[in-house]
Amino acid sequence: MKAVCWQGVNELSVEQVPDPEILNDQDAIVKVTASTTCGSDLHLLGGYIPAMRAGDVIGHEFLGEIVEVGPEVSRHRPGDRVVVCSIIGCGRCRPCVDGMWSLCENSNPKPGLTELMWGGSTAGIFGYSHAMGGFRGSHAEYIRVPFADYNAFTVPDGVDDMDALFASDAAPTGWMGADLGGVRPGDVVAVWGCGGVGQMAARAAMLLGAERVIAIDRYPERLAMTARHVGCEVVDYTSTDVNAELRERTGGRGPDVCIEAVGLEAEGTGPQRIYDGIKQRLRLEQDRPIAVREAIHACRKGGSVFVLGVFAGFVDKFPLGALMNKGLTLRGAQQHGQRYIPHLLDLIARGELKTSHLATHTMTLDDGPRGYDMFKRKKDGCVRAVFRPWI
Amino acid sequence: MKRAIIGALGVAAGGVAVARWLASRRVPAAFEDEATRWLGVTVNRSQDEIMPGGRVPEPLAELDAEVRVNRAPGGRGTELYARPREHVPTGATAVLSRIRGDDPRQAVRVALREAKCVAETGEVLRPDAPIGTTRPTLPGKVLDAALRRAPGEGRL
Repeated sequence: MKAVCWQGVNELSVEQVPDPEILNDQDAIVKVTASTTCGSDLHLLGGYIPAMRAGDVIGHEFLGEIVEVGPEVSRHRPGDRVVVCSIIGCGRCRPCVDGMWSLCENSNPKPGLTELMWGGSTAGIFGYSHAMGGFRGSHAEYIRVPFADYNAFTVPDGVDDMDALFASDAAPTGWMGADLGGVRPGDVVAVWGCGGVGQMAARAAMLLGAERVIAIDRYPERLAMTARHVGCEVVDYTSTDVNAELRERTGGRGPDVCIEAVGLEAEGTGPQRIYDGIKQRLRLEQDRPIAVREAIHACRKGGSVFVLGVFAGFVDKFPLGALMNKGLTLRGAQQHGQRYIPHLLDLIARGELKTSHLATHTMTLDDGPRGYDMFKRKKDGCVRAVFRPWI
Repeated sequence: MKRAIIGALGVAAGGVAVARWLASRRVPAAFEDEATRWLGVTVNRSQDEIMPGGRVPEPLAELDAEVRVNRAPGGRGTELYARPREHVPTGATAVLSRIRGDDPRQAVRVALREAKCVAETGEVLRPDAPIGTTRPTLPGKVLDAALRRAPGEGRL
């Protein structure tokens, strides 16, 4: 079958690879009908996530049709149209039972690397390096889905593919940031990043009752899209002092909840950008935490900061003093999508959550390398490139 | 070519000498603790489900290992512990054993993880079949070696 493969830093190609097979009784094989780029893929492309091998199939946010199931799959059968969570959960270990699906203890067959790096392993993740289990990604014609009863969700009739697609990752990740960030009715929420996840976090905060939501980015088309489709306030950080702007909009308090949806390649402006850029290039720090620092400084005393953006290792100049002395709560996680996806599909079906506008560019698998180039460089206003292998 | 072979042999001989010297040094107390430490996983099942009739679960039962269980606090299931009966290398020797893949704790870690996965889900999840790399490189070979050891390494 055809697949988009990582070949090295900033190098992708379309290759013929073997079809996936049922390897466990609880597996399903899904014919991928739509698979989208995600900002976290750019960290793989940039070489910031270790444990990639030339030839690995990438992609983790997808939708498709079940074509084969193992003998122990009971909730799905061939023909089901499903959206699959990008994170693989077993559904029965303690973290999964407690709703912390990205901490699943049975879905990463190679936990040694991440346990050594982080003191604990994550769940397996589709197409996201051998450190996360080495599962093949979704930018392919077919994909194997382990523990299919727990990770594949039937899409309700009447919900379009392009709406359901983002229930795989962007929408539940954003929802988790607002939910576990503790957004309550009446809150003021600031979101760093107006990509797919940031927009979904902003919308989630509104649906959870936030009175004001302010989204921050630098790209005019993304700011305009967020204002139009999410309906929140926006701030261009290249034309204003974000901290001062947020204080002015909140009576000097700062936002109650700050959600960081940028990750380890944050851009920023001024000397901070130069400092982190040089240190990262020299491998003296792994990740650029510019948006995290800003969120911690901006947050109101006693408020909450949630890190949704992907980080891999160590950061420099982390404002621990501000965190401690302002009494902040800091949380982060890979997404616990399984706890949110059914509710999100319901919201999408009722028209309360719009997602399809994120799919700014639709193309075939053969266009994978070009799609990632557009996505990375934000060419032509690209927010998400969606690959449709069978069209 | 001849110089390269002599150089490689020199490096190898030096490495062996350093390893032997490190192995001959007195073992610090912390390493002695390592040799007897129990490795454990918490299984989200009752003790009776994990060890019905006191039988040690597979694949732990196939190893020459001591096994014990505790009830986990707070209703979190059962703590399943194991450690090898045979001699466990310590210090620098342990590092070499782990790299070679013959440290007996690696097999115990794998067995503990698999016993937990079977008890909780009914089967051991298999990774996707590897796709042959399109570009064999030195970092890729190092990564492959690390990945071969990954199931038996980590924090347990």
